Amino acid sequence: MGLELIIPILAATIQSGTPILYATLGEMLTERSGVLNLGVEGMMIFGAFFAFLVSHYTGSPWLAFACAGILAGLFGLAHAVVCLVFQGNQVVSGLALTILGVGLADFLGTPYVGLSADGFSPFSVPLLSSLPVLGDIFFKQDALVYLSYFLPFLFWFFMNRTKWGLAVGAAGENPAACFAAGLNPVKLRWAGIFFGGVLCGLGGAYLSLAYTHLWTNNMTAGRGWIAVALVIFAFWRPGRAMFGAYLFGGIMAFQLRLQAVGATLPSSLLLMLPYALTIIVLLFSSARGKGRQAPAALGVNIEPGE
Amino acid sequence: MRKLVGIALLAAMVAVAGFGTTVAQAKDLKVGFVYVSPIGDAGYSYAHDLGRQSVAKMDGVKTFYVESVPEGADATRVVNNMARKGDDVIFGTSFGYMDPMLKVAKKFPNTTFMHCSGYKTAPNMSAYFGRMYQARYLAGLVAGSMTKSNIIGYAGAFPIPEVKRGINAFTLGVRAVNPKAKVHVVWTKTWYDPATEKEAAKSLIDIGADVIAQHQDSPGPQEAAQEAGVYSIGYNSDMSAFAPKAHLTSAIWNWSAFYPVVIEKVKKGEWKADNYWWGLSEGVVDLAPFGDMVPKKVQDMVNARKAEIKNGTFKVFAGPIKDQSGKVRIKKGEVASDKMLTGMDWFVEGVEGSNQ
Repeated sequence: MGLELIIPILAATIQSGTPILYATLGEMLTERSGVLNLGVEGMMIFGAFFAFLVSHYTGSPWLAFACAGILAGLFGLAHAVVCLVFQGNQVVSGLALTILGVGLADFLGTPYVGLSADGFSPFSVPLLSSLPVLGDIFFKQDALVYLSYFLPFLFWFFMNRTKWGLAVGAAGENPAACFAAGLNPVKLRWAGIFFGGVLCGLGGAYLSLAYTHLWTNNMTAGRGWIAVALVIFAFWRPGRAMFGAYLFGGIMAFQLRLQAVGATLPSSLLLMLPYALTIIVLLFSSARGKGRQAPAALGVNIEPGE
Repeated sequence: MRKLVGIALLAAMVAVAGFGTTVAQAKDLKVGFVYVSPIGDAGYSYAHDLGRQSVAKMDGVKTFYVESVPEGADATRVVNNMARKGDDVIFGTSFGYMDPMLKVAKKFPNTTFMHCSGYKTAPNMSAYFGRMYQARYLAGLVAGSMTKSNIIGYAGAFPIPEVKRGINAFTLGVRAVNPKAKVHVVWTKTWYDPATEKEAAKSLIDIGADVIAQHQDSPGPQEAAQEAGVYSIGYNSDMSAFAPKAHLTSAIWNWSAFYPVVIEKVKKGEWKADNYWWGLSEGVVDLAPFGDMVPKKVQDMVNARKAEIKNGTFKVFAGPIKDQSGKVRIKKGEVASDKMLTGMDWFVEGVEGSNQ
């Protein structure tokens, strides 16, 4: 396999990894604030549908992208109501959010299957795209991919270097101490759920605005679940999330190209790879160590009066 | 709250069903259609629904349809409801409806059942499908004439006989005009997933394919071809709208040539259980109009071959035909039987890729 085939695989890796990267960072933000939200798949497909809908009617992909994020964030607030107002079970509520999101998008989206809408197309970044090898891989993508390059760094900077980020982290580590410091951990968790949902929605929007310019039922096809697994794989750190998302994107891109060059392996075996990798990843990352722990108060509700 | 919504939905459904039955006159023939995907998909179910619309235009016929019905238990329920509601003829358009329909057919001996793409029949149930492979052979002639790299990509849904038969016929067409060309196959294991199907087409373009064909219901592969500046061949219905610069032609279904004929037979009392497998000559399958980039010479050649298939002087699967390993599967002077075609699980010479 020569360079002329490896470069397209790596370029496709970035593209297939991007929706997962957005969603992984979204779930990571929510979990860092102390709330487990298994509704990623639901929020993603919600975002994918509304992105398509808005772009279809307005012809403005950027407006569609923004609306998808905000609407998915608002949709995710259903989880906040259950967990932060009524102290409901976070696992059950998250699952319900996924089922509801997929169902709603299916129900509302059926009339739009097969239509097309404006979206993002690849363009070359001046100068950078003429770099040998790297230019072809990283700088001939679409605007949403370029945006995603900055996200892990922004995420890291926000969580570690800003007052609000540190406060969100505190709500996830020790809500009682956070409260004692004069902050309101419940409000911080509301924010964590909302902005996490926004990022998940943006990941979904990538599928219907850039990856394809089409909408179909169930188009997230399990990518939300991969994102949930990747948060654990990444030990709740944004840099590793980027690595993990591209690892998955790479496997998806690779198996199709392996078939294309005429590999005689059964295709079922190749298609299984990303999912087999999910299990392996979870096995390996379950070995705990320093700097690998989940936020201490992850999944623990804040009881009133605490 | 959920209960209230449930009751409201139920009430609405009863109202709609009741409305449907009161409007239809007593002597009207009621015809139901069950689709596996939404009809708006510009694909497989869309093609069937165009057929339904021509039935709806007939005198004394009322049509009904249910879309996005999953194969299996849900299909049994939907078909059963249609029969109980009094539909006289029920068309089920997906392979996985076969056993559910057979089960319901036994319970309703006076209802006529028509099942698409399967092989089981009953005294009141026919099997039907179209010889799509004939249209795919013609599409192969076009692809073989247009390729410069001699690599043609084919995004396939599932490795089942229906899809493999199409790939084989397509490849025979390609190699009839261009013996050096090869057809590379990528399986997506999806019928309608634009993202995966587009990625599959891109992977084929990456290895040098300059014509992309598909046995997928989404226009994802067409988009990939358009963006990469290579040619494409669509499936189900004319997909030129999705890739105006890339689209050479599409292998298309035309169920309007079949459904009204069946209904006419039922009305006259001439219907009997059968296994229909109509093709180009009856007009059930066809090629979409050629794109401007297809030279007149190629168009004429394809149209001439189409006429020969129509009048029976040319058979697509006429020997000698070798498989991927070079073994002769259909001997010289022989033509593949329908039984061989419906169970086809091997690839002809010239196909690159795994057949499973």
